[in-house]
Amino acid sequence: MPQSLQMTTVSPDPALLDLPWHIPLAEWPASILAALPRGLSRHVVRFVKLSGRVIAVKEIGESVAYREYELLRDLNRLGVPSVEPVGVVAGRRAPDGEPLDCVLLTKHLAYSMPYRTLFSQYIHPETGNKLLDALAILLVRLHLTGFYWGDVSLSNTLFRRDAGGFAAYLVDAETGDLHEHLTRGQREYDLEIARVNIIGELMDLEAGGVLDESVDPVEVGETIVARYTELWSELTESESFTSGDRWRVNARINRLNDLGFDVGELTINTTADGTAVEIQPKVVDAGHHKRRLMRLTGLDVQENQARRLLNDLDTYRAHEDLKDEDEEFVAHDWLTEVFEPAVRAVPKDLRGRLEPAELYHEVLEHRWYLSENEKRDVPMAEAVGHYIETVLRHRPDERAILGMDTATLRAIEETSAMTSIDIMETPSEFDDVPMLRPIEEDEWRLPEPEEGQAKTAESAAVKPPAAPGRTPSKAADPVKAATPKPEPSKPVKPAEPVKAVTPKPEPSKPVKPAEPAKAATPKPEPSKPAQPPSPAPTPQRRPILRRDKP
Amino acid sequence: MASVTFDHATRMYPGGERPAVDALNLDVADGEFLVLVGPSGCGKSTSLRMLAGLEDINGGRILIGDRDVTHVPPKDRDIAMVFQNYALYPHMSVADNMGFALKIAGVPKAEIQKRVEEAGKILDLTQYLQRKPKALSGGQRQRVAMGRAIVRSPQVFLMDEPLSNLDAKLRVQTRTQIASLQRRLGVTTVYVTHDQTEALTMGDRICVLKDGLLQQVGTPREMYDTPANVFVAGFIGSPAMNIGTFEVTGDGFAKLGHARVPLSRETIAAIKPEDNKHVTLGFRPEASNIVASEVDGAIPVKVDLVEELGSDSFIYGSIDADAELASHLSSGAGDAQIIVRGDPRVVPMKGDKIWVTIAEGQQHTFSASSGLRLPG
Repeated sequence: MPQSLQMTTVSPDPALLDLPWHIPLAEWPASILAALPRGLSRHVVRFVKLSGRVIAVKEIGESVAYREYELLRDLNRLGVPSVEPVGVVAGRRAPDGEPLDCVLLTKHLAYSMPYRTLFSQYIHPETGNKLLDALAILLVRLHLTGFYWGDVSLSNTLFRRDAGGFAAYLVDAETGDLHEHLTRGQREYDLEIARVNIIGELMDLEAGGVLDESVDPVEVGETIVARYTELWSELTESESFTSGDRWRVNARINRLNDLGFDVGELTINTTADGTAVEIQPKVVDAGHHKRRLMRLTGLDVQENQARRLLNDLDTYRAHEDLKDEDEEFVAHDWLTEVFEPAVRAVPKDLRGRLEPAELYHEVLEHRWYLSENEKRDVPMAEAVGHYIETVLRHRPDERAILGMDTATLRAIEETSAMTSIDIMETPSEFDDVPMLRPIEEDEWRLPEPEEGQAKTAESAAVKPPAAPGRTPSKAADPVKAATPKPEPSKPVKPAEPVKAVTPKPEPSKPVKPAEPAKAATPKPEPSKPAQPPSPAPTPQRRPILRRDKP
Repeated sequence: MASVTFDHATRMYPGGERPAVDALNLDVADGEFLVLVGPSGCGKSTSLRMLAGLEDINGGRILIGDRDVTHVPPKDRDIAMVFQNYALYPHMSVADNMGFALKIAGVPKAEIQKRVEEAGKILDLTQYLQRKPKALSGGQRQRVAMGRAIVRSPQVFLMDEPLSNLDAKLRVQTRTQIASLQRRLGVTTVYVTHDQTEALTMGDRICVLKDGLLQQVGTPREMYDTPANVFVAGFIGSPAMNIGTFEVTGDGFAKLGHARVPLSRETIAAIKPEDNKHVTLGFRPEASNIVASEVDGAIPVKVDLVEELGSDSFIYGSIDADAELASHLSSGAGDAQIIVRGDPRVVPMKGDKIWVTIAEGQQHTFSASSGLRLPG
């Protein structure tokens, strides 16, 4: 029976017409599918290769498909990190005339990973912390734009590496609603859903033996609430002070910038007698560093990556003694003389392993540890080469994860058998198994040494345990955030930028270079007017999620 | 379990011209299944979200049992939004899947086990409790997801269009399951839908809303037999009622074109000067008779479509032949249209001309000015 399809799409691609819309998605031939690890979904989801890109295809009811498509378009317009909708295909019929479900098409988010892949690759408690930081930031951003999610979970989120941490993207907007403003009740309920879902997801990983036993799911669930609440307060709460303390206006703005937000509107009220001032941010926009880097270099990267690259740029400026030069010129020089050569040094066949900005971040990390280890300032070119050979070559490709070591593959296969079902889901759906192509012989490589299981002292020194990039919620620490400057007390690596983005090492991790000394001697940034240290309460970062062991 | 009370509860959106929910007064009895129904934008979902704590209340209050929850955060209201959490975790047993929220809440193990077993019994899942979800059929998995809400023993279940994403067949099947499960559990339930058939088949009582205002609350039978106003009359029932504006004659009839319906003395007495000697009169498809052409008051109808349902047949016709009728009468099929129930064994053909009368005493009369139901 001929079918009359209705396609609604933002990027019309004739190749869409060639897909077998008359076949239920679950039965699509492997030849057109892209073998990617799939997250959990209530619906049948497949990744399809189309004109050189990968799109995700999800079978859902028609009204829901159009609704989600519009919502995703709105979220994209509002600049919220979410998957990009491609279109909706309705009016599908099987050859016997039986109507088939509508499908929603979204772009596959390159270099993104479902949390199950991350947990099966990096079984470390710190990974959980970083994912939660990313999810808390995403939730705050969604709530700031008036989006009520209704089903916040790790499963409904994709993660991309972001300078050692992660950036979270909304994948599933099915239960969401866009409002003018969210009520406190909506935010609190969304957060409660997040808490319960995350605990459930981690309890399941625990039951499946994939979770590090030091991770307590309930504590992790509580952490998301704490992280969210800290960030929300910092971004939205009003503060009052006497008019003599007017520096606190700038301090607040700087703190928000450090958290990665620009202040679009700030209300300042003074009492009639002028003795007290009250300030409250009204409009804040995420992406402070991202925008600044974009303006200076044209590079479009994620927030933490931008923070990292900007720090490197500042270091370059100091190191090359270009303080009096125009910032734009310096940025151009840095881009052509430092950043691009490093990224281009990567052989073509390895370029899909990491996004360029993430790769650059790792090279900086690598260089720092290499310098530390060899007690000399290792030049960039040498560090890049060493990094490629010792680290990058052994990483799985992350543009679209295809080759994985067998242990990981097994773990994913097992965990992917987990399916969350729509209350009305058909049975066949539940048995949905991942479509991973067989691993070729030459791909049976060991993954890079995992955190906490480095085999030799040397490798431990070369690869930092749990990439120590800081996420914005941690950046609230004014002492650390204000030290992108080279540390004069460390003559070995005068141009060391890592410090500014490195969280305070845990006392339990002696492997890391001793940093507290640096943190204790913050040097005011020359570009900013000297300020008194901010007395505002700094969101306390919780220790990593370990159960207290007797 | 508990009752639910909306006491002049009002929700006004910032910048809105009128309240999304306007001084809603509603009592839901302990254990009752109440359905909020109405067209899109009527305030039904907003009302539910006010009860859930997701919408601010700008006036009035909401009580669960005797407790004023107007300003209580959602998670402390002891309610469960059913079908929000669908995820079944594959490595956890069915029992763990049902009980994990209790574990998070710190409920003692023995208590969790007890509640899970009770829920398992109600849901007919006892023998599967130690298995993994993978071993279950689709229907059983649905019940596990329901079990997750049940073991929390909330005071109230809230459901917002839970069937909207299903195809027609599954929708019918599931609405029966939900209704029967609710009766077995006896948990107070507030259910939102835009579908009046769903409302009629599921609710103990139905509450119809329009433009943020409560129109009528009653049992399905009351809503059908004695709609309180023209809106409810047109909204409840499928196919919808035929409704027109009739002139009241001096000899006690409501007249429109060929159509003539005798009105009771009570009805006539209730007509006010502002009604200008008119009533709004409605009659359901089954309150009509197909008659011979010469019968007094018969309306000429041209048959456009016949919907045969086996037990019944519904005749969709146009009344263009009677210009006055055509311009003042409408049905669920549109203006100048009429829907009539016919004998399934004597079905007219498309294009046939038939004559229809309104069954005496089965009409619904409403004030032409206020739209409110008139007595008699």
